[in-house]
Amino acid sequence: MSRLTSSSVLLAREIIVRYPRPKSALIPLLHLAQQQNGYVSTESMEHIAELIGVTPAEVLGTCSFYEMFKREPVGRYMINICTNISCQLNGGEELLHHAEEQLGIKPGGTTDDGMFSLEDVECIAACTEAPCLQVNYRYEYNLSNEGFDRMISDLKAGARPDIPLHGTLARVRQHLTQEQSSAIESPEQAGTPVWFASRQPEEKAGA
Amino acid sequence: MVRQSATRRESGGLGVTTHTNDYVPHAAGYVDNEGPKIVTSRFTDRDSHTLERFEATGGYRSIRSVIAGSPADAAQLVKDAVLLGRGGAGFPAGVKWGFMPPVWPRYLVVNGDESEPGTYKDRLLMEQDPHQLIEGCLITCYALGLNMCFLYVRGEMALAQERIATALNEAYEAGYIGQNIFGTDVGIDIVLHWGAGAYIVGEETALIESLEGNRGMPRLKPPFFPAAKGLYMKPTIVNNVETLSNLPWLFQHGSAAYKQYGSEKSPGSRMLAISGHVNRPGVYEVEQGVVTFRELFYGDNYCQGIRDGNDLKMFIPGGGSAPWFFEDQLDLKIEAADVGAAGSMLGSGAIVVMDETTDAVKACLRVVRFFARESCGKCTPCREGTTWEEQILQRIYDGHGRPEDIDLLLDVGSQISPGPYPVAGWESEGMTPVAFPPKQTTICPLGPSSVAPITSAIRRFRSEFEAKIPDPDDSNSDSTNAEVGS
Repeated sequence: MSRLTSSSVLLAREIIVRYPRPKSALIPLLHLAQQQNGYVSTESMEHIAELIGVTPAEVLGTCSFYEMFKREPVGRYMINICTNISCQLNGGEELLHHAEEQLGIKPGGTTDDGMFSLEDVECIAACTEAPCLQVNYRYEYNLSNEGFDRMISDLKAGARPDIPLHGTLARVRQHLTQEQSSAIESPEQAGTPVWFASRQPEEKAGA
Repeated sequence: MVRQSATRRESGGLGVTTHTNDYVPHAAGYVDNEGPKIVTSRFTDRDSHTLERFEATGGYRSIRSVIAGSPADAAQLVKDAVLLGRGGAGFPAGVKWGFMPPVWPRYLVVNGDESEPGTYKDRLLMEQDPHQLIEGCLITCYALGLNMCFLYVRGEMALAQERIATALNEAYEAGYIGQNIFGTDVGIDIVLHWGAGAYIVGEETALIESLEGNRGMPRLKPPFFPAAKGLYMKPTIVNNVETLSNLPWLFQHGSAAYKQYGSEKSPGSRMLAISGHVNRPGVYEVEQGVVTFRELFYGDNYCQGIRDGNDLKMFIPGGGSAPWFFEDQLDLKIEAADVGAAGSMLGSGAIVVMDETTDAVKACLRVVRFFARESCGKCTPCREGTTWEEQILQRIYDGHGRPEDIDLLLDVGSQISPGPYPVAGWESEGMTPVAFPPKQTTICPLGPSSVAPITSAIRRFRSEFEAKIPDPDDSNSDSTNAEVGS
């Protein structure tokens, strides 16, 4: 189950060709694997290595650098509470403690029913709306303890269709077919665009 | 193409006509205040992110006129306007562009990895006006003669990714990106790329590493400045989202009109996020070099004072990496050169205000902890030093500090950033400022940035640190939690 499905592979191939070098697609493909399974499995990393022509160790090397990639299953909803300076000044740590109590887990943990994972995270660029958090990377602003409790009960009741399951980021993808694109070539093949050379003064053309 | 004669605040087209001086509900945090609307002109429209609204309000007109002219003219206009980079370093974009050697292929990479503590503006620009950014990318690609642009958006910003993906799909469909754009022979591709959670990727060479599919660790420079050897070791310009979002307005109104806003050294506007203990935190577009910090914090048009009528204790003028400012610096203008001379930096337009109730040790620990968590681990002084700093500060905060810990903190800091570290002046104590930037023993500025809160807090509030450190002769004091630095 953990390798990429055939529909994921189709999407993966579409993504790979929009980069001058296939390895540039590594992070997008890790996101794709996480979207499919909710986390990045060892098998999916091996599959990605095959698709872009690198070793599985290189895939793991990149994957393990980035915080958003989870190499073990996490909850359906990843709750990331900001405790960085602007949020700390406005109750971010208190909100985190409240969340720990309500969910019965510490940052890094997942509830027994597999519904929620909790993390204390660094600045998520909503500093004027502190304290804030993200659920599967969707924002909640100026959150009180009561607001947090309401959010949890809504999520449990399935009343938050605006929040997809963990692993899904943008629900709209860029569609870029080879017919649409100008000319994506490898750095070794690509040269000066013809339109640019023709628009330069004579002595500089193609310089 | 360019209107050179516009006078300040005369034409409605220059966008200072109406404002509500209030929050805009759908753009969380944005305050529609008076002032230039160079990059936020559409934020009050609910559908500001759509192609329809963008084109109805002048969108994609600048790129059409730019394509009718020569690439060299377009590059010259940006140079004339003195468009300073809005990502942190404040380097003029036009000058940066000029560093590219005549080598192809060459690439444009847009830095949308906004994650400096306190910074909130690029996300708004990407969510609320993605077409404005795309038009800025197209203008830049044309001026630099390149046909491949990567838009690197921070991984955590799902809505920004959605809005940009939608906008790119609309623009490709309309023939504004791709082959033969706007019916000309010009071909330009823009590819949306997401990160995956790493502050360091905001550093341009780390961003390039990440875009090549690697761990996001900065490259040693020189010799590999991205403009000469960047993505795939080809010439690459990395520009910030806000910087490029200025271009459609700039090309519509011209560099003379642009320079009528702001100061001579810093023309135009900046988006500033003011957070912390103010009555009305928010994101404001303000003229550079005109408004002072005092006006920002206390003015009716801006933050309307400190909460509960409290006194100001300190503020961070340019994100977590910036040395702290105090009451003495309130009358400085929002001007990169002045703030740098005064011992800090404007950075990414992130201002964090802390009132008299703030625990200086706690605030210092929190910012330092950020750098310890986000150090990529490439350079030893940063990897080891930031962790030491955090652990020493933690034990001081927990009441287990040792008398020598304050000096130890400063010593660890000096291993990452030798020499006098930039600090604000303190007139009543006869202390003069040390100008920005700091020296570094590391490849990138992350490690040296961790020293900013430490030197700032200890210089100003040393007694608060001392008060938390127990007397070693007191046998009741508990010092078991003290392994680091022994």
